[in-house]
Amino acid sequence: MQGGSPLIHARSLTKRFGDFVAVDGIDFEVHRGETFGFLGPNGAGKSSTMRMIGCVSPISAGTLRILGMDPVTDGPAIRSRLGVVPQEDTLDTELTVWDNLVIYGRYFGLTRAEIRERATELLAFARLEERARDRVDPLSGGMKRRLTIARALINRPELLLLDEPTTGLDPQARHLLWERLYRLKREGVTQVITTHYMDEAEQLCDRLVIMDRARIVAEGSPRQLIERHATRDVVELRFTTHDEQDAAAEALSATAGGAGAEVEPLPDRILLYTGDGDGTVAAVTGNGVQPSSVLVRRSTLEDVFLRLTGRTLEDE
Amino acid sequence: MTAPAGSSVEVPRHRGQALPGVDRRRALRIVERNALAYRRAWVVFLTGFAEPVLYLLSIGIGVGALVGEVVVGDRTTPYEVFVAPGLLAAAAMNGAVFDTTFNFFVKFKYARTYDAVLATPLRVGDVAAGEVIWALGRGAAYAGAFLVAMLAFGLVGSAWAVLALPAAVLIGYAFAGLGLAATTWMRSFVDFDYVMLAIIPMFLFSATFFPLDRYPGVLAGLVAVTPLYQGVALVRALVTGDAGPGLLVHVAYLVALGTAGLWVAVRRLRLLLQP
Repeated sequence: MQGGSPLIHARSLTKRFGDFVAVDGIDFEVHRGETFGFLGPNGAGKSSTMRMIGCVSPISAGTLRILGMDPVTDGPAIRSRLGVVPQEDTLDTELTVWDNLVIYGRYFGLTRAEIRERATELLAFARLEERARDRVDPLSGGMKRRLTIARALINRPELLLLDEPTTGLDPQARHLLWERLYRLKREGVTQVITTHYMDEAEQLCDRLVIMDRARIVAEGSPRQLIERHATRDVVELRFTTHDEQDAAAEALSATAGGAGAEVEPLPDRILLYTGDGDGTVAAVTGNGVQPSSVLVRRSTLEDVFLRLTGRTLEDE
Repeated sequence: MTAPAGSSVEVPRHRGQALPGVDRRRALRIVERNALAYRRAWVVFLTGFAEPVLYLLSIGIGVGALVGEVVVGDRTTPYEVFVAPGLLAAAAMNGAVFDTTFNFFVKFKYARTYDAVLATPLRVGDVAAGEVIWALGRGAAYAGAFLVAMLAFGLVGSAWAVLALPAAVLIGYAFAGLGLAATTWMRSFVDFDYVMLAIIPMFLFSATFFPLDRYPGVLAGLVAVTPLYQGVALVRALVTGDAGPGLLVHVAYLVALGTAGLWVAVRRLRLLLQP
């Protein structure tokens, strides 16, 4: 099974809650050793997908195989080889840091000796050695997150599921976490991550899919997605007044086509998608448009994401 | 008792599995978890021991001195001898109810303890069975201590009283199943008022403090079908040496109630914890 066959194989995977379709027939595969990402706005179906992969939510239709097994019949066997970092911390607040690791190891049926050895390693990995005897409540958000990841590793999982691992963390805590996840990747742990941070996806994911409204709308490496769905450069123009911006937008729609750029007016600025940022800037200012500020930058995954999933806020 | 309820039909049986849906070893991990949590909060155990003993001193021995003797059927017993088995049964009920309603609700709804547990090989059936086993173990400890206190006060009239301990465990089982099932419908702590609304009248009126024949016919019939009355009758018969095959009816009632509660709880929890 190990050779070429995927760790996760999903075909027409569907999740319904009553009439509501949370995941609408998606196909994907995750291979051994890779870090695979699910990107998408809130409510796109990422977490529902993760819960199905974690064998804690039965699938409504389609096929799902994890480690070659079927979650319907082999849930416990699959889960014994998974590590799960949920979106919200579910640490046991009645227990100490150390006991959280111990009891989690016991849930996996490990012996106390095994647990002692692994928990010692994991505390070092999570940089929590000094907090071993403390309760988890007073820990900072970053520490809780690291403990949650350490806990998910107690059974030496082949597949680690991370649902928005760095949401709510400060930059230092995020970078420390990313560094730890890199280290796991080097050790060969396959990872599946959901995030809505594009920099996180670019940093961590070998391959990712973008989900929107319960479906997969794009798939590839971060680089491929940018090449396929965005231009090389983006020019951002800002104006002092709305009237000025409106006038410029009108003028640009008529002329920027000539400069090879696609125009997208936003409430606070105008974006020009172009293969040649500096050339476009020259062409635009040559046409008499006078922005108060001009920024030329490379396209990022965020541009791809926003173009594919739209800019309007879609709240439940 | 470790594997109550044919709690899963769709999960195939595997070796090492006591009953479908429940693996005994995995269920015991929940007991282990609770023991770890209580290692630092052992003081609450003292209240569990103390409460029925305080009732015994106040109502049994204090009020008993005023009441004198109670006539039940064709026998006359000192009031404290009459009351003590009722308190034992009520203590078993209270312990089981507290563990499976209030304590369970906190872990289930607020601490999200089970979300973490269910990401491991444990299943919903293992969690429910584990919590019930824990509640029973704790109830047995309280009942055992109370029995020793009864013995010390000279309130045990028969060797059959040894069986009052397993009887208390049965009472715990019935109320643990019931409590767990009821908790799956709780929305917030406000709903626990309903639990108290059920528990307090049962505690006061299930022939705990006065015999059933004090009630007019219909009311006596109503009291007789409450689970606590069934438990009180069982424990009282054993402690006073009034044992007979008729007691098996009480046993069957308590086992059926606990099993039905657990069955419902596991089904409900699957829907709630693994949507």
